[in-house]
Amino acid sequence: MDIIPHPTATRRIFLTGVGSLVGAFGVAPTLVLRPATATPSAMAAAIREVVGEAALHQGRVKLDIPPLVENGNTVSVTVSIDSPMSELDHVKSIHIFNEKNPQPNVTIFHLNPRAGRARISTRNRLADSQKVVAIARLSDETFWYDSADVMVTLAACLEDLR
Amino acid sequence: MSAMPEHLGHRTCAAFLLAALSVVASGASGSEIPAAEKRSDYEFMSPDTRAIQDDDGTNPGMFSVLDGEGLWNKKDGVLSVSCDDCHSGASMRGIAARYPAYDVDYKRPVDLQERINICRKRRQNATPLPPESRELLALAAFVAHQSRGMFIELAIDERLKPFFDAGRELFEGRQGQLNISCAQCHDDNWGKRLAGNVIPQAQPTGYPAYRLEWQEIGSLQRRLRNCLTGMRAEPYPDDAIEYVELELYMAWRANGLRIETPAVRP
Amino acid sequence: MARALINVPRKARRGEIIEIKTLLSHPMETGYRRDNMGNLISRDIISRFVCVYNGTEVFQADLFPAVAANPFLSFFTVATESGTFEFRWTDDHGNTQTAQANIEVA
Repeated sequence: MDIIPHPTATRRIFLTGVGSLVGAFGVAPTLVLRPATATPSAMAAAIREVVGEAALHQGRVKLDIPPLVENGNTVSVTVSIDSPMSELDHVKSIHIFNEKNPQPNVTIFHLNPRAGRARISTRNRLADSQKVVAIARLSDETFWYDSADVMVTLAACLEDLR
Repeated sequence: MSAMPEHLGHRTCAAFLLAALSVVASGASGSEIPAAEKRSDYEFMSPDTRAIQDDDGTNPGMFSVLDGEGLWNKKDGVLSVSCDDCHSGASMRGIAARYPAYDVDYKRPVDLQERINICRKRRQNATPLPPESRELLALAAFVAHQSRGMFIELAIDERLKPFFDAGRELFEGRQGQLNISCAQCHDDNWGKRLAGNVIPQAQPTGYPAYRLEWQEIGSLQRRLRNCLTGMRAEPYPDDAIEYVELELYMAWRANGLRIETPAVRP
Repeated sequence: MARALINVPRKARRGEIIEIKTLLSHPMETGYRRDNMGNLISRDIISRFVCVYNGTEVFQADLFPAVAANPFLSFFTVATESGTFEFRWTDDHGNTQTAQANIEVA
């Protein structure tokens, strides 16, 4: 599977209009005008910044994320990597990327042999149905990845503007 | 203590409740959820969302409960007394399971947040906390949390009956630009899908609840305002009696389900 | 004000791999939302999380706006000795919040 599109691939800009009214922090609700979102090429560029020209191997990494999500505000994500986490062979960092949020980066986790197990869980925001990619950088400077397509449904009953 | 009259009313009006239930049942639109099929909205959520609610250490609604505990113990008002000075947090067990409840001075049902403000005024001589404020939600969350696991047990006595009937009419009546009623989705079509989401029964078992859409905790009233907007109906004014009437009916409708506060909901 | 919920086993065997779960009360304001006047609500997020075990950093995370509100982080570490875990959350204005948990390692 090619998750880094060919540089000459057509750039598709996703401009979503006033698609949903999102509840606010505090009492006053807000209107979310979704800015031009990241594109698959933006995610590819962010990944390239981490991986450089090295090969990106599929495997060893398991990205656990629900395929259908009720609300994009809180998506449970678990990334686990098959690794002994020894001095000679361990995971140095785990990078989570997405392709349609305003920014391609989600989180970077820094590990060392003291972790014992290369496994993290967190909760992310997904602005729309999209692909999520998890990349692990190992101590031997190789890169491994897993990706998942997530469908994000919007809540049916929304907050009004007051 | 304001808790006393309702408790007596509950006991002595048990027989009336049976009569009221049968009257109410026969006059209904005919699509009430049978007791055996009643399910919490929890059961319609994805496993991941359920997991967030299940663990008190990862449920963001717990922050509100903990804040509420702090406020419960804080001396406040001109009289400088705390809630705890009159009644312990633990003594609140069972209270939320019977709310909304009738208030003899206001001569109408009040919900938990209103009750807290009534208490603040009467017992602490303190200013009421603004509706939907962080503090009021925290206190309500703390009180309701004491009833977690208990069955909701609303008894509709003759004083509550007119409000109950009004609430039922609101739930079953068509409204808004789409001209639909709450009952059409939540009594007749629960379990089916609407725009990718499963329609729950709309049982208010865990309020105040942490709604993922809000990214914070909120009241049942706030949720009802969202519903009305979703139905393309004009939400009632903030202090409208309609909300309490609806809450009263919906709480009775949820009888037999357990309180989950603080619930997590999409 | 309840700020953080921490889940660390109270006791562990030496060398045991333990799971640590943390939840911080924080809006993680993305900077992309607007209020009802149309003004942008400025970004206010936790951008760095560090776990320090008896003075040694054993885990770090760089967080971006795509991290959900009330950030939840769960990770593993090897229980090496009795002592204290310190958790530090730093926002992008440089303010740091901390929480502690003790562990008994036998």
